[in-house]
Amino acid sequence: MAVLLDVKNINVYYGAIHAVKDISFHVEEGEIVTLIGANGAGKTTTLQTVSGLLHTRTGSIEFMGKPIQAVPASKLVAQGLAQVPEGRRVFQQMTVEENLEMGAFTQPNSTIAPNLERVYAQFPRLKERRKQVAGTLSGGEQQMLAMGRALMSNPKLLMLDEPSMGLAPILVEQIFDIIKELHKAGTTILLVEQNAQMALSVADRGYVLETGRVTLTGPGRQLLADEAVKKAYLGG
Amino acid sequence: MSFLNNLITGISLGSVYAIIALGYTMVYGIAKMLNFAHGDVIMVGAYVTFFATGSFNLPPVVGVLLAVVVCTVLGVVIEGLAYKPLRQASSLAVLITAIGVSYFLQNAALLLWGADPKVFTPVIPEGSLPISGVNITYVSLVTVLACIIIMLALTWFTSKTKMGKAMRACSEDKAAAQLMGINVNRTISMTFAIGSALAAIAGVLLCSSYRTLMPTTGSLPGIKAFTAAVFGGIGSIPGAMLGGILLGIIETFAKVINTNISDAVVFAVLIIVLLVKPAGLLGKTVREKV
Repeated sequence: MAVLLDVKNINVYYGAIHAVKDISFHVEEGEIVTLIGANGAGKTTTLQTVSGLLHTRTGSIEFMGKPIQAVPASKLVAQGLAQVPEGRRVFQQMTVEENLEMGAFTQPNSTIAPNLERVYAQFPRLKERRKQVAGTLSGGEQQMLAMGRALMSNPKLLMLDEPSMGLAPILVEQIFDIIKELHKAGTTILLVEQNAQMALSVADRGYVLETGRVTLTGPGRQLLADEAVKKAYLGG
Repeated sequence: MSFLNNLITGISLGSVYAIIALGYTMVYGIAKMLNFAHGDVIMVGAYVTFFATGSFNLPPVVGVLLAVVVCTVLGVVIEGLAYKPLRQASSLAVLITAIGVSYFLQNAALLLWGADPKVFTPVIPEGSLPISGVNITYVSLVTVLACIIIMLALTWFTSKTKMGKAMRACSEDKAAAQLMGINVNRTISMTFAIGSALAAIAGVLLCSSYRTLMPTTGSLPGIKAFTAAVFGGIGSIPGAMLGGILLGIIETFAKVINTNISDAVVFAVLIIVLLVKPAGLLGKTVREKV
């Protein structure tokens, strides 16, 4: 399978703080890859660097064979890279449908209507609430909206940052069911999660991050069974 | 009938404040900064029209269009040179820079065009229209109409067009907007362009009613329009309109009572409104992000 995203030895700093240390990982077409780790391990920083919100000091990021580490975030969307940010970050004062339209900002106008149909079929709840202001949605609905919004750009790679954060267990299940469905439909997914159990159970491969470094990598199932991972992240 | 006459004068003056306030409020909404140089852009617009129609004998419409073009470019240049490098700086640094730009524009005008006041030739024909016993001057009529048209156009722009919606998205969350593929810097420039074009129109309308033109002409109306924007709820487009018109009416009636205290009354009203409703009349209460 073709490598869609190839991250090699990136180093990212917040001022003097060395947040990401020499991290390498890759995502192949059709895979779900997860980065797991505790708070502060560098997961979100890594994702934001890939999406162009932060920049690497050294190292390279290639997307579909092209270097992207110097491309600004706003230009990456058109190339097929979409990120659902941590904490959802939907546009609170805009309606559900306007949020989805913003997701399609880089797309030709003719694709908006069919993409809206597709997203509404995936998330019927959003269709019911399409005229509602996004700030009035529940946390689970906002997560669906954030995911639907990212899908509006027809991404080749969907990056999800902590989609389960702050959601009730039943909603976490729902969100992961949706992730599985999207994967079945052919979407390649890079998933960052603190909920290691859920993330590893859906992922083809996983990377364990600790204080800015990759400490362990392997197929999702294998990591789930790994004693060290169990001890550190799975509560047993 | 003097009550109605005063009311119309107030609405007309308030319409000018409203048009200026829109520039303040839109820029604040998106760049989260107070562009204190906005008032001086008004003055530049008025000078451009003054020289175009007075010295070069161009038709008034051309004079106004020229002012709009010059101010639009000026607004974008100010943003690019003075504010853009400060995107990550503290808001205090940006505020001081804006005050600096304001003084720069005033002194540049002083150098170029001198300190002596010019008598502005109105671009709108003199005379008035008698409507049910009240004489409404053409200037007032055009000013109010311009204000209504601008209000409708901006509402349409921000709620129906892709760029307008992108502007609202940027004003809410710049990082999320970038993840949508929106170029935040370009959106901010566009906001300055729109605000400055409106300032040009406001300058011409203001000087058509109040004929004197000097390098400091834009400064007090600018501050009052800023007051209007805060009064209506800064960041809110309908708020700027409402705040502007109310302020114009209050100021006009205060002048009827006593010319010397009218400005004091205007700012007293602002203070009272902010004490009672800190977000302004139509301001949104800030929601805590979870």
